[in-house]
Amino acid sequence: MRDHFVARLCDMAERDPRIMLITGDLGFGVLNEYRERFPKQFINAGVAEQNMTGIAAGLALEGHVVYTYSIANFVFMRCLEQIRNDAAYHNCNVNVVCVGGGFSYGQLGVSHHATEDLSIMRSLPSVKVVSPADHWEAAEATEAISRESGVCYLRLDKSAAENQQSPDETFELGKARQLREGQDVTLIATGGIMSEALEAADTLQEQGIFARVLSLHTIKPLDQVAVIAAAKQTGGVITIEEHTVDGGLGSAVAETLLENDAAPGFFRRMGLRGGFASIVGSQSYLRQQYGLDAEAIVGQVATALPARFAIVKAA
Amino acid sequence: MKTPQSTEDLANRIRRHVVEMTSRGGSSHVGSALSIADLLAVLYGQVMNVDPQNPDMPERDRFILSKGHAGAAVYATLAERGFFPVEKLKSHYQDGSDLSGHVSHKGVPGVEFSTGSLGHGLSVATGMALSAKLRGANHRVFAMLSDGECDEGSNWEAILFAAHHKLSNLTAIIDYNKIQSLASTQETLGLEPFTDKWRAFGWNVVELDGHDHEQITKSLQSSPVADQPTCLIAHTTKGKGISFMENSVLWHYRTARGEELEAALAELETQELKEVA
Repeated sequence: MRDHFVARLCDMAERDPRIMLITGDLGFGVLNEYRERFPKQFINAGVAEQNMTGIAAGLALEGHVVYTYSIANFVFMRCLEQIRNDAAYHNCNVNVVCVGGGFSYGQLGVSHHATEDLSIMRSLPSVKVVSPADHWEAAEATEAISRESGVCYLRLDKSAAENQQSPDETFELGKARQLREGQDVTLIATGGIMSEALEAADTLQEQGIFARVLSLHTIKPLDQVAVIAAAKQTGGVITIEEHTVDGGLGSAVAETLLENDAAPGFFRRMGLRGGFASIVGSQSYLRQQYGLDAEAIVGQVATALPARFAIVKAA
Repeated sequence: MKTPQSTEDLANRIRRHVVEMTSRGGSSHVGSALSIADLLAVLYGQVMNVDPQNPDMPERDRFILSKGHAGAAVYATLAERGFFPVEKLKSHYQDGSDLSGHVSHKGVPGVEFSTGSLGHGLSVATGMALSAKLRGANHRVFAMLSDGECDEGSNWEAILFAAHHKLSNLTAIIDYNKIQSLASTQETLGLEPFTDKWRAFGWNVVELDGHDHEQITKSLQSSPVADQPTCLIAHTTKGKGISFMENSVLWHYRTARGEELEAALAELETQELKEVA
């Protein structure tokens, strides 16, 4: 996803001199083309995320459209107060780009697991939170957030679902994308883990269970219409995120449904529970270990729809 | 005889407002606000290119109060300079007001940036100075920090960055009153040798008496050193201008009320008379 982010940012920087990319000394190799083509629109702030974010706010107040860039938690957690007070409170066009959402850097250990970012960023007033599922969404989101006046958080996964866009489809922040149609259950996912949701939907379909699949690339603002429709039109809702279940996608969906008197037939949140990851491993390995892969999603549908699923089991 | 518009007179007015505002609000940090009254008076009365009728004009000089807890002094300065009616100062710290204890820009013309958590202002000022340099704009950017605030590591990130990028249009002003929240800076987390630290980080450093208007004016108006940001280490007295508040940790948090308030205002009146005499 990060390559698609950088490629789109290059296009944008060429057209718009206001675009400014600041990295916290990360992006070796990845940012080469950008920094060579746009040396005046590139800053390496060094390993100093607090200052990087303060500088981003200062630049944005002077009219620049700024992207801060670093790995996993470094770009938002170390400097959370700068994002809140300096950038968000002042309505700065600062776009905080996290490279490596969830277990993208699974082998590197807990410091590099970005598994609370969605809930933390979602709680900041007026901050928009975006977590693309595939390369097309990543590139489109990169450009879309530049048009928002305030702070946006962009979570880029190392993994990505296969591009699903249909011809002439346009990307809209805050608008969910329906990737599969179905009435039996709705799978709502955000980020690269969408690949697992799509695989689960395919498996279910082979067994005659039809899952609606929604890509909720924007966690905030949340597409209430799509989420409420899913609860009303399908058998139940399952949310899937490579993230703690506390306060992220699942929580956001639950809040929306209950506040709108739209409780679904059943509701499950799939995400991380029970503390920090105690092991390391590849992203796909950790998804499997923590019950977030396609098989686990199918299993959740099985427990939610036991009668329908008896057929699948028999098969 | 000094004119009523002198910076000394402006500083005295700022002090009167600060004492009254903090008393009315029952708010703290009167000592921190009195400490910077002279620096603010010279900045806004003499040095900075600002226009109260057009607070957002692009070529204005930028000023960020990073030690946001002394916000009362900035509000008082801006009101005296005509950015908004002096009457508005009465709402400071009151229910429903936009004049918060720590300086905030929303609804307050002339406030460049909101602070309150320490260690933020210098980075933002650095970003603004970098932008001006990139765009070839000629205005200057000032950030005022407290000494205790220099405990915050984020400042040292900014200090590294500003020197590396040769931001000669950036001036940091340190209100070096040597007292922080609970005790002296030296007892709390020693800063000395303070000047050497800034120099070692690549800054042009000037030490001055932060209450001597001639020195302040000279230091602020002197041409920037090429390729270096400037740090003005202003030696100040916490609580300056009110004898019983000076150099006292107590007046970081205490509010003057009743007889104390009367005594404080009486002292300021005496000083005012001296100035115009």
